[in-house]
Amino acid sequence: MNVLVNGDVTEVGPGATLADVLAARGVPERGVAVAVAGEVVPRAAWRSTTLRDGSVVEVLTAVQGG
Amino acid sequence: MDDLVIAGRKFGSRLIMGTGGAANLAVLERALVASGTALTTVAMRRLDAGGGPGVLALLERLGIEALPNTAGCHTAAEAVLTARLAREALETDLVKLEVVADDRTLLPDPIELLDAAEQLVDDGFTVLPYTNDDPVLAQKLADAGCAAVMPLGSPIGTGLGIRNPHNIEMIVAAASVPVVLDAGIGTASEAAQAMELGCDAVLLATAVTRASDPEAMATAMRLAVESGRLARGAGRIPRRYWAHASSPAVD
Repeated sequence: MNVLVNGDVTEVGPGATLADVLAARGVPERGVAVAVAGEVVPRAAWRSTTLRDGSVVEVLTAVQGG
Repeated sequence: MDDLVIAGRKFGSRLIMGTGGAANLAVLERALVASGTALTTVAMRRLDAGGGPGVLALLERLGIEALPNTAGCHTAAEAVLTARLAREALETDLVKLEVVADDRTLLPDPIELLDAAEQLVDDGFTVLPYTNDDPVLAQKLADAGCAAVMPLGSPIGTGLGIRNPHNIEMIVAAASVPVVLDAGIGTASEAAQAMELGCDAVLLATAVTRASDPEAMATAMRLAVESGRLARGAGRIPRRYWAHASSPAVD
């Protein structure tokens, strides 16, 4: 199935968790935040959050600004 | 100088810095150190977008607290989600709430701003809203539970200084929370003016990061904020129409 990670179509296996997708992308454990379908998923819930075909995942971090 | 206190937290500097616009992290580091700041804004963007993740590590190394903003948000819903992501990523409940109406003026949308502020206060955030220089709106934001109000001097990045000093004075006079002059500062005298008007702190970025010599301008801003604070406390003389000799009369 395919999920959208920061706008990129990403193929993942059935039953893939959010943690799997983030690990495959090399997302660090600290300094980032993740939303699925517009809702924040706390770090502690990454492993228990399973994705569906078409899930929209956003991974954000702090950058220079303001 | 006495500490800036926001929602019970003490900050050893009354100059809050932004990190946007710096040519690179080395320039930014020298400017931040010269500014003496204890609190500095960052923006939230996609992990793989440009800008680099190095700014958080820099702030951590310098012992400067990060103040995430919601820059780029146009609706309360966008700002609330961005604030929640920032809280998760940075493990802080501080947020500089920005909800702008359009990208040409970057002026706050007062309706969306107040809505977002109410939602975030309810959700336990320490909300520092970037607001118009409108005493009525500032009061409503404070009443909603915001920990400070941050009126603009003029639009973001313009360097036009404080266009309506009387409004800033009215906001200060009515304020039950700290007032931070945010946006529009172009040079040191304007930062001093903000403090002389009674603001508790100044937030600026562009004036330093896009100056020809950011480190020197950061030093100037640090001194200006301290000078303005001292002058405010010292009590300026009343303005007089006619001259008033400062030397004794001739015998």
